[in-house]
Amino acid sequence: MVQFASRRKLLSFMYYLLATLGAAVMILPFVWMVSTSFKEHAFVIEFPPRLIPANPTLSNFEQAWTANNFQLYFRNSLLVAVTSTLLVVLLSAMMAYAFARFEFPGKELIFFIILLVLFVPNLIGIIPQFLLAKTLNLRNSLIGLVFFYVSGSIPFNTFLLRGFFEALPKELEEAVLIDGGSYFTIFSRMVLPLSKPALATVAIFSFLGFWDEYVQSLTFIDDPLKRTLPVAIASFHGQHGTEWGLVFAASLIAIVPVVLVYISLQRYFTGGLTTGAFKG
Amino acid sequence: METRMLQSAETLATPKRRKLSSMRKRQIRAAFLFILPGLLLFLVFNLYPLIKSFQISFYEWSIMPGRASTFVGLDNYLRAFQDPIARLSFRNTLLYTLITVPGQMTLAMLAALLLNQLGRGRGVYRLLYYLPVITSWVIVALLFRYMFQSPNGFINYLLVDVLQVVEKPIGWLQSAKTANIPIWVLGTWKGIGWSMVIFLAGLTTIPNDLYEAAAIDGAGSWHRFWHITLPLLRPTVVFTLVVLLIGGLNVFLPVVLVTNGGPLQQTEVILSYMYHQAFDFLDFGYGSAMSFMMAVFIIVLSFIQIRFFRQPEEIR
Repeated sequence: MVQFASRRKLLSFMYYLLATLGAAVMILPFVWMVSTSFKEHAFVIEFPPRLIPANPTLSNFEQAWTANNFQLYFRNSLLVAVTSTLLVVLLSAMMAYAFARFEFPGKELIFFIILLVLFVPNLIGIIPQFLLAKTLNLRNSLIGLVFFYVSGSIPFNTFLLRGFFEALPKELEEAVLIDGGSYFTIFSRMVLPLSKPALATVAIFSFLGFWDEYVQSLTFIDDPLKRTLPVAIASFHGQHGTEWGLVFAASLIAIVPVVLVYISLQRYFTGGLTTGAFKG
Repeated sequence: METRMLQSAETLATPKRRKLSSMRKRQIRAAFLFILPGLLLFLVFNLYPLIKSFQISFYEWSIMPGRASTFVGLDNYLRAFQDPIARLSFRNTLLYTLITVPGQMTLAMLAALLLNQLGRGRGVYRLLYYLPVITSWVIVALLFRYMFQSPNGFINYLLVDVLQVVEKPIGWLQSAKTANIPIWVLGTWKGIGWSMVIFLAGLTTIPNDLYEAAAIDGAGSWHRFWHITLPLLRPTVVFTLVVLLIGGLNVFLPVVLVTNGGPLQQTEVILSYMYHQAFDFLDFGYGSAMSFMMAVFIIVLSFIQIRFFRQPEEIR
C-alpha cells in the first residue's frame, strides 16, 4: 500500500515535469521576445545570445509607444475592433434568434447560403471586396473596415448562436407573448441575458480576430494615418529592419489588450470553448 | 380582471386557423426585422463579392475605370494548370496541410492527455499552451523570422552551439530547400493549443470508471488509450480534423509574413500566389480564377469528409 502511494506520487511528479517541459517549449519564443525587447539595440545581435539581458532597459518600450504614430494605430485598432465586436454580437444574435424561433418564407434557403459561405475562406472574395471598397468610397476608411469585418464573421456566429438559442426553453418566451409582450422584449429582456456565456464566447473570439486582422486592413487601407496595429507593426519591422528590440516592444504592447480581454471573459466561456473556438 | 377574462374568452372563440395565421404574420414581420440588418451586410460585403469573383475569373479584368474588360472564357483557369508556380503553390499547400495537421493533432493529443492528469494548476498550463493561439500572426511570424535568422539566429545557435547537431549555421530563409520549414514549425506550434483545448474538453466527458474497470482487467495504458479514449473521443477528433484540414488548405498568413513566398516564389501557396497575382501584378482575373478553384476544392472536400465521417451525433 505504501509502495502504491509513493508510485502515484512519483507518477504525478513526472506528469508535472513533462507538462512544464512542454509549456517551456511552447512559450520559449515569447520569453525570447520579452528578453529581446528589454535589450539595448547593440545587444540584440550579441553572440552567443543571452536570455537574461545584461543591462535591461525600458527604452524600447518608451520609443515604441511615443514614436511612429503608435498611439494613433492603437486607437484605430481599438475603434475598429470594439465597434465590429459590438455589431457582430448584436446582428448575429438577432439573425440567429430569427432562425432559431421563427417560421418565415426563404428560411431554409437563406440559412443554406450562409452555411455554404461558412465553408468558403474569407480571403476568396478579397479581390471583388477591394473593388467594392473603391466603388463605395470605403477605401482608407475605418468604418469600411468595420463593414467587411462584421459581414465576414456573421455566418459563423449566426450558426453558432442559432444552436445555442434552439437549446433555450421555449415556454417562458411563449408566456411573455401571451401576456402581450413583443418579440423584441423577449429578445432583449430574456434571450440576451440568458445567453451571456455564448455571447461572451462570440465577443471574445470576434475581438481577438478583429484586433489581429491583417490582410483586409493591409489591402483596403493605404493612408498611413488609418493603419491598424498589425499592419503598423509589420511595416514598423520594414522601416526599422534589425531593431528587433523596438519591434518586439511594440508587439508586446499590442498583446496587452488580447490578454486582458481573454482573462476578463474567461470565466464565461470555459464551457463554451469547444463550440465557440475557431482558428485564430 | 374582467377584461382579462374577456380577452381569454375571445382567444378561445377565435377559430384556430385565423389565430395561427395572425401569429404567422406577426412572426414573419418580426423575422424580417431581426434578419434584415445582418443579412444586408452579409449580402453586400460577403456574398456579392464571392459571386463577383466568379464573374471576374472569366475576364481579363481592367482596373482602370472606363476601360472595358475582355471576356476570355476559361483562359484564366487553363493558365493555372500550365503555370509552374501555380502548380508549385498547390504542392506547397498540400505539403503544409499534410505536415502541420497530423503534427498539430498528435502533439495536441499528447498535451491534452498529460494536462488531463494534472490536478492543481491545470488552468495555468492550459493558458500557456494556448498563448500562441491568441497571439497575432503578425507578431508570431516576426518572432519566427527573428529566431530563424542566419547566421546568428536563436535556432542556429541552438543547433550549432548548444546541441551541436549541425556543423555550420543554416540559411533557413535564404534557400528554397529550407524556407518551408520555419513556416511548418510556426503553423504547428501556433495551432497545438487550439486542438488541445478541444481534446481536453472531450477527455473530461469520459467517465473514470471505464478506466478503472479496464485497469482491474489488467489493461495497460496504451491499451486503454487505444480501446477506450480514442473511440470515445472519435467525434471530437473528427471535428478537429475537418476544421484543421480546411484551415491547412487555406494557409496564407504564415507564408506571407515569414517568407512572402520567397526565395524566388518557391514557398508560395495557392492563396499567397493568388494575392500576389492580384495585388502585385494587378491580374485580377487570374487571381479570381485561382481563388475560385480553391473555394470549390475546399467545399467539395469538406462535404466528402462530412459524409465520410458522419455518424449519429457527429458534425450536424
